[in-house]
Amino acid sequence: MAYSDKVIDHYNNPRNVGTLDKAKNNVGTGLVGAPECGDVMRLQIEVDENQIITDAKFKTFGCGSAIASSSLATEWLKGKSVDEALTIDNMDIVEELALPPVKIHCSVLAEDAIKSAINDYRVKNGLPELELPKSHH
Amino acid sequence: MLTLPIYLDNNATTPLDPRVLDAMLPYMTKMFGNAASRNHAFGWQAEEAVDYARDQIAALINCSPKEIIFTSGATESDNLAIKGVFEMYASKGNHIITATTEHKAVLDTCKHIEKLGGKVTYLPVDAKGLIDLKQLEEAITDKTILISLMYANNEVGVIQPVREISAIAKKHGVLFFTDGTQAVGKIPVDVEADGIDLMAFSAHKMYGPKGVGALYVRRKNPRVKVTAQMDGGGHERGMRSGTLNVPGIVGLGKAAELAKQDMASDTARIAAMRDRLERELLTIEESYVNGSVEHRLPHVSNISFKYVEGEGLMMGVKDLAVSSGSACTSASLEPSYVLKALGLSDDLAHSSLRFGLSRFTTDEEIDYAIGHVKEAVAKLREMSPLWEMFKEGIDLNSIEWAEH
Repeated sequence: MAYSDKVIDHYNNPRNVGTLDKAKNNVGTGLVGAPECGDVMRLQIEVDENQIITDAKFKTFGCGSAIASSSLATEWLKGKSVDEALTIDNMDIVEELALPPVKIHCSVLAEDAIKSAINDYRVKNGLPELELPKSHH
Repeated sequence: MLTLPIYLDNNATTPLDPRVLDAMLPYMTKMFGNAASRNHAFGWQAEEAVDYARDQIAALINCSPKEIIFTSGATESDNLAIKGVFEMYASKGNHIITATTEHKAVLDTCKHIEKLGGKVTYLPVDAKGLIDLKQLEEAITDKTILISLMYANNEVGVIQPVREISAIAKKHGVLFFTDGTQAVGKIPVDVEADGIDLMAFSAHKMYGPKGVGALYVRRKNPRVKVTAQMDGGGHERGMRSGTLNVPGIVGLGKAAELAKQDMASDTARIAAMRDRLERELLTIEESYVNGSVEHRLPHVSNISFKYVEGEGLMMGVKDLAVSSGSACTSASLEPSYVLKALGLSDDLAHSSLRFGLSRFTTDEEIDYAIGHVKEAVAKLREMSPLWEMFKEGIDLNSIEWAEH
């Protein structure tokens, strides 16, 4: 299967690889996937007092599409408010990266990682955990 | 001069040897006759070429030329052997023994047999990929008609104890079929000394053309028969109808001749390169060879690089054509069933690469491959949350992974 140029670019030049201090209250961490499934994604956000995401980092164990999906997610997260970030849909990622149907799973994982990071941030800051739709995979 | 990308996926297929191509070419244009045309020179010429190829192949595996049935490849040979024996020996029994690490061409054929009312025992393998001979013998019943165990495995290169298996089969009066696709032409395979009753193999795994293979069917001690799976003109002693692929067969014959002639020198050189590749790659922290290293094809190495996913890694080594036991492309996300049968955890199975060398592989290519893989593993581990956790001393088994 040939990957799109965008997937290859994100794979070769991943944006925002790294680790934020998960002990900090303004950092939300989402860890999704499982080693036995062949992909694990960790997405972190740092949020300022205005509820704006000032930084986002990722680390991913997975195929090229999983790496590209998480790299793209961090790009999209930066500068958005926490509420805006919740509107990122996995199909937006599929479209932007031109993922083939068999790789849609990777985009779902990225969406789950975003929501999981946001929830972690919310819980840490005394906000009620969001009811997230049960993931569809 | 190094030409990229480098091909190290020779278990999937090998390039055609130019000497094989030279032998084949005349049979596509000038000497195009149908080997079954008995009434003119074109037919005789084609038949002669086919007979010559039969001799070349017989010489490689030490059988009579009459024991070679030409097919379209190993998959067809596997089907013909298993289904053909099942039908032919139905009055004797309906039980077949095979192993979980067999090629899909064997496993899926066995599944088909089960639908037809046959019984199949799938033997497990140990951590090295070898079957247990005691377990094999215990699995035999008075209904057993066939043991189907591959000579060497396509994913990890592990060679089964063929002579011990055939001795057990003989002792119990059971036929022994082996899928020899990865072994024939690479290591000495002698159907007499090995006690093989039927064997499948293919031209394109030994520098011959695609679309042609053969089934060895023993004619003496015992005389083996298979029910044809294709009806038609009764070619190949009635066991496989269909106009013979003369240029392909000529190619298979030439490939067999070259294999016999060059095997010792090829093997020595290829094994040295493989060993160097493996030694160098094992200097990478947390990397492991999959399958037995003692009982293994000389040109194959299957290595897991922990905390890096195989498909992601293949993308990172874009200048190397290799294969991975990861199955991130499949809807099931299930990694290689062969690696899992060896007892590998799913994450290690997802982290594997298979290297298959050939007679055309060069030292320079191996040098390049070593550097390329090391670099890619390092880069991906920097990006891997699992590697970070490992480095921090976190037990990955202690983590409750999200349902996924």
